[in-house]
Amino acid sequence: MTSYRQFSSRGLAKRSALRSNLRIIRRRWQMYVMFLVPFLWVLVFNYVPMYGVQIAFKDFIASNGISGSRWTGLENLNRFVTSYMFRRVMVNTLVISFYQLLVGFPIPIILAVLINECASRRFARTVQMISYAPHFITTVVIVAIIEKMFDYYNGVINTIIQALGGNSIYFLGEGSLFRHIYVLSNVWQNMGYNSIIYVAALSAIDPALEEAATIDGATRFQKIRHIDIPSIFPTIVIMLILRMGQIMSVGYEKIYLMQNTINLNYSEIISTYVYKQGIQQTQYSFSTAVGLFNSVINLLLIATVNQIARRVGETSLW
Amino acid sequence: MSTVKRSRADTLFVAVNFVILALVAIVVAYPIIYVLSASFSDPIAITEGRVFLLPVGVTLENYKLVFGYGQLWRGYLNSLFYTVAGTALNLILTMLMAFSLSEKNLPLKKLFMGLLTFTMLFSGGLIPSYLLMKNLGLIDTVWVLIIPGGVAVYNVIVSRTFMESNVPQELREATQIDGCSDFRMFVSIALPLSGAIIAVMALFYGTAHWGEYFNAMIYLRTSRLLPLQVVLRNILLLNSADAGLIDSYDPEIAARMEALKNSLKYSIIVLATLPMLAMYPFVQKYFVKGVMIGSIKG
Repeated sequence: MTSYRQFSSRGLAKRSALRSNLRIIRRRWQMYVMFLVPFLWVLVFNYVPMYGVQIAFKDFIASNGISGSRWTGLENLNRFVTSYMFRRVMVNTLVISFYQLLVGFPIPIILAVLINECASRRFARTVQMISYAPHFITTVVIVAIIEKMFDYYNGVINTIIQALGGNSIYFLGEGSLFRHIYVLSNVWQNMGYNSIIYVAALSAIDPALEEAATIDGATRFQKIRHIDIPSIFPTIVIMLILRMGQIMSVGYEKIYLMQNTINLNYSEIISTYVYKQGIQQTQYSFSTAVGLFNSVINLLLIATVNQIARRVGETSLW
Repeated sequence: MSTVKRSRADTLFVAVNFVILALVAIVVAYPIIYVLSASFSDPIAITEGRVFLLPVGVTLENYKLVFGYGQLWRGYLNSLFYTVAGTALNLILTMLMAFSLSEKNLPLKKLFMGLLTFTMLFSGGLIPSYLLMKNLGLIDTVWVLIIPGGVAVYNVIVSRTFMESNVPQELREATQIDGCSDFRMFVSIALPLSGAIIAVMALFYGTAHWGEYFNAMIYLRTSRLLPLQVVLRNILLLNSADAGLIDSYDPEIAARMEALKNSLKYSIIVLATLPMLAMYPFVQKYFVKGVMIGSIKG
C-alpha cells in the first residue's frame, strides 16, 4: 500500500505511473471482482435500458427487435407534444410538484426548529417518535386509509364535519381536491421523517452561541432567526437541490393508486401517462418518447440547479 | 438558562411551541388510532358514524373473517419471501461494491463512481426496462421482484461513505502487510466493522421490498405469486370483494354484511401494517442513523 503511494507521489514518468496502476490492479484483482460482480447488475438493469431508449425514435416492433425496428426520428415526440394530453399532463405534473415543494419542503424545517426549541426533551422525543410512524406504512395502505377516512358515506372526516353541523364533502369525487389530498397526506406521512436531518443539524449547533445570545438578551425568535436558521442553511440548500432534481418525478406510485375516473383531469401526470400508454396500450415507442422527454428535462434541471448552487451557495452535489 | 430571566415573549413562545407540537402529534397519530379502533369496532357502529376515537361495541368479528381469506395470507408469505430473499441479495451486492469503492487510491475508482452516479441522473425508463425483463424471461416469475432491484446505487454510495470512515485506511494497510487477501479483509475486517450500516441497509431495502407494488403489478400475472401489497390493492382499492368471503357468512343480515365489507378493510389494514409498526420502535434509531449517514456528502 504505502509503497505504491510513495512510488507514484514521487512523480515519476507517466508511463511508469500507468505501469504501477496496472500492477496495483493485478495485485488487487479481488477488489475489482468485488466491484464488478455488483456492477454487472448496474450494467444490465441500468445501462441496457438506456440502450433501449432509442425506440423513442423508432417504430418499435417486437418481432424486429430494438435495433431492427425502423427509425422515425422525432415523430413520437412530436405526437406527444402536439397531443391534447401534453398540456394536461405537464400542467398536472408541475402543479402537483411545486405544490408539494412549497408545502412539503418548509414544514419539516419548521417542525425541526420547534422540536429543537422544545423545553422538555422527553416531550420532544415523544413527538418525534409519533411523527416518524406513518413513514413505515406502505403506499397501498396509505391510500386505503385516505379512502376510508375521506369516504363520503362512512368516512370519519365527514362524520366529524356533520357532527360540527356542516355538510358532507365529496372529497374523492371532486377532482380539484385531488392535489390537496395528495400533497397534504404526503406531508402527514413524511414531515417527521424529513425533519430528522434538520433536527440533527440543529443539535450540532454549539450551545455557547445560544448562551451568549441569551446573555445579550436575545428573544427566542431572534435566536431562531440569527443562530438556528443560518446554522442549518447549508443543509437546507443541499436538500433543496435534491428536491429540485425531482421536480419532474412526482410520486407516481401513490398518484396512480389515488386515480379514479372523476379526478383524472387533475391527477394524470407524465409518469402515469407513460405507464398507461406503454404497458396498458402497448404503445412502446410513444410511451418511451414521453418518458425520455421527462428524463431529459429532469437531467437538465439537476444540472442547472447544481450549477446555480455551486455559484451562489458554495455547495453542490458534485 | 434558569439563571437568566425569561422574557414574557419567551414564555409565550414556549407555550405556543408546546401546543403546536402537541397538535402535530395528535394529527399524525389520529388516523392510525382511528383505523385501529375501527378494526375492533362493531361494523354497524362505523357506518352509523359512532366511532371517533375508541372502539365502539368491541368485537373480533372483522378479524375472524380475514383469517379465512387465503389470498391475503398467501400474499403475506410471498412478501415475506420477496423481502427476505431480495434484501439478502441486496446486502451482499451492496456491501461488496461499497467496500471496493471505499478503498483509497484504487485505480479506476473515479470512472466507476462516475458510471454509478450517472444512473442516478438518467434512466432508460419504464418501457425499455420492461422489454429487458421480457427478453430475460423474468416476467411472471418470482425472480423479477428479487434480481433486477439487486443494487440501489444511492444505497451503495451511502454505505461507501460509511465504510470510508469506519474501516480505517491504517487498519487496511496493516492487514495487507500481514498478508491478508482483499476477500478476507472484506469478510474478517470490513463486515464486522460495518454492523450499523448493514442494519440500516437491511432496513432501507427491506421496507422497499415490503412496500413494493408497482413492479409486481407490471411484471406478475399469476395470482399465487402476488405480494401482499398487490393483494391489498385488489381488496382495499379495487374492491374485489371475494364472493366466498361473503357467502361464508349468514346471508340473512344483508345490511350487516354491507357494513362488514367496510369494516373488514380496517382489520386488513391493521394486519398488513402490524409487522412494520411492531418493528418500528426497535428499528427507528437505525432509520435515523441511515438518514444521517446519507446526508454526509460522499
